[in-house]
Amino acid sequence: MKEKKKTYVDDVKRSIYDETCNLEPDFTVNAGLTADIVEQISKEKNDPDWMLLHRLASLELYNKLNVPNWGPSLDGLSMENIVTYVRPNTKMSDSWEEVPDGIKNTFERLGIPQAERTSLAGVGAQYDSEVVYHNVREEVAALGVIYTDIESALHGPYSEMIKQHFMKLITPRDHKFAALHGAVWSGGSFVYVPPGVKVDIPLQSYFRLNAAGAGQFEHTLIIVDKGADLHFIEGCSAPKYNVASLHAGVVELFVEEDAKLRYSTIENWSKNMYNLNTKRAHVKRGGHIEWVSGSFGSHVSCLYPMSILAGEKASAEFTGITFAGEGQSLDTGVKIVHSAPNTYSNISSKSISKNGGASTFRSSVRVLPKATGCKSSVSCESLMLDDISRSDTIPVIDVQTDQVDIGHEAKIGRISDQAIFYLMSRGLREADARALIVNGFANPIAKELPLEYAVEMNHLISLEMEGTIG
Amino acid sequence: MTKNLLRMHKISVSIDETQILHQITLSINKGEVHVLLGPNGAGKSTLGYTIMGNPRYEVTEGSLLFEEEDIQTQSPDTRARKGIFLSFQAPEEVPGVELSSFVRTSTSAVSESSERLLAFQKRLKENMNLLNMDQAYTSRELNVGFSGGEKKKSEILQMLMLNPKLAILDETDSGLDVDAVKTVSSGVKNYLNKDNSLLIITHNTKILEELPVDFVHIMVGGRIVATGGPELITKVNTEGFHPFEEV
Repeated sequence: MKEKKKTYVDDVKRSIYDETCNLEPDFTVNAGLTADIVEQISKEKNDPDWMLLHRLASLELYNKLNVPNWGPSLDGLSMENIVTYVRPNTKMSDSWEEVPDGIKNTFERLGIPQAERTSLAGVGAQYDSEVVYHNVREEVAALGVIYTDIESALHGPYSEMIKQHFMKLITPRDHKFAALHGAVWSGGSFVYVPPGVKVDIPLQSYFRLNAAGAGQFEHTLIIVDKGADLHFIEGCSAPKYNVASLHAGVVELFVEEDAKLRYSTIENWSKNMYNLNTKRAHVKRGGHIEWVSGSFGSHVSCLYPMSILAGEKASAEFTGITFAGEGQSLDTGVKIVHSAPNTYSNISSKSISKNGGASTFRSSVRVLPKATGCKSSVSCESLMLDDISRSDTIPVIDVQTDQVDIGHEAKIGRISDQAIFYLMSRGLREADARALIVNGFANPIAKELPLEYAVEMNHLISLEMEGTIG
Repeated sequence: MTKNLLRMHKISVSIDETQILHQITLSINKGEVHVLLGPNGAGKSTLGYTIMGNPRYEVTEGSLLFEEEDIQTQSPDTRARKGIFLSFQAPEEVPGVELSSFVRTSTSAVSESSERLLAFQKRLKENMNLLNMDQAYTSRELNVGFSGGEKKKSEILQMLMLNPKLAILDETDSGLDVDAVKTVSSGVKNYLNKDNSLLIITHNTKILEELPVDFVHIMVGGRIVATGGPELITKVNTEGFHPFEEV
């Protein structure tokens, strides 16, 4: 028998994410979901009356709607076991000094305060159900940019703006987990950029779920007013537990006329997480939404950011990468609705699966009858690193007018033996040859990620060699 | 030190249990230029792959020595470090990897040391000029969207940068126009010296006009059926491979 070398792509180094903090929470609701629990959350959060009504109406919808059955199995998730509200033992602060050490250390390990000092215009940090830190640079605040938690915004001068937009783009009727979000949402960020204001450096919100068997339901609401410009980064992680956790956030983005928003997400949840997140952007005339998305963690993900191109010449761009390893089923994709003439969308997605991981890419492009002269191009490429992993592409294209230009391209591949031989003939060891191909594959997307995450992604695609007898 | 570089003795090779090469014996000394001629499907590329160590090709008998060392069980990258280079007939495209950074990775891997960046860049530039390659190619993705001629030039560029002891050129001239063949052969001439050896695999004799050929081997049906000097090239040019097929 000949000795064969087997190579594998290393897992994400999870050690910095897996550190837990044993700071006792200040307040926790019982597991499960009842009207009592929802009322209790609402009372604890000092909701305005309309919000309590919204929560209860959402709960009713939640009880009526079925669990979606078209995607990955959600059987391992049972709401009776999920604690929907865990309040950390601190108040929100705009100074890291005032954040309790255990929580502060967690964010320091994740590099958040450092990034804030060097490359961000503002930072929000959520720990379990509440935001513990929110701060924005003075010069950015001076431009009239609002960046705060939703709870503060609900009671401040922007309360009317929140009421007008909150869950209007993604309503609780959308699906069961949107209804769940409507009932138990807590935390998240509110951003308002006034007309014509260009924020040169990004804002970043980081969501950390520390409690075991809990859910995180943060709400992100961003309004970029006419001709304004913003880059927003969202990061998420959690330590690994043996019980299922749930993330069902909602992100609602309003891009006004000629405004630009870039929304970057790096999701690195632990592998006991059900990540059922809903994101949507409404883009007016001449506006532009750009999604950049890296999905590395979670046990199951269902994530399909939607862009509604509502005004003439509105445009959307999506660049995403998914990395599914052992025990992971990452079902990601994009939805685009062209509902105005001369709108434009460009989607580019890559996925890597290994060690039995499954990645599925779903795209839906709808062109409504009045959206003449629009263009859309979808490209997705998958790379499977072994024979036990899965990769699927499910495109849906619904065009209701003639005058359009639609393109779709899908490639699913493995690393060919001939390519490995070619690179080895130039002196590269087999593992290095594989790493080079995987890195080259991911590179165009990695370039779009915020720098510190791009470095981490390259690190994650470093390979190790293992000798086995085959 | 011995002049002998490659010694192949009665090598037979199979792919997926089908025998392609039958008892090939071939000896290449330092500084020699060998040519392997033969019709399509004769097994010429298989011979190149066998020397480089493509794992798909199984050597069923015979011995393969490089500088007196048995290399039969060595992986392609080990052979590359020993000084063997194969220019591929159809080089693989590697998206997302820049040509210059790949060549640098490759030269450090083969030499097991790292050349200073400036020296590397200077050498790269000189060799690209020699091959009439636009400097813009340094930031192109390796072989992606390259024309046939560009791919061949990129292979010869890598050969010049790696400076192997034995370079095997597999159909490097095929699909090239007259000017490109001239450019490639001037690159090849630049590589040649009293120590470097060359095995040119081709079914066309154009590229050989400019090169100092020492030995010519004719391969038909997986066997070397004739070995001689440059006069064999003339014979093939006038009579084709027919006379050899009937041997």
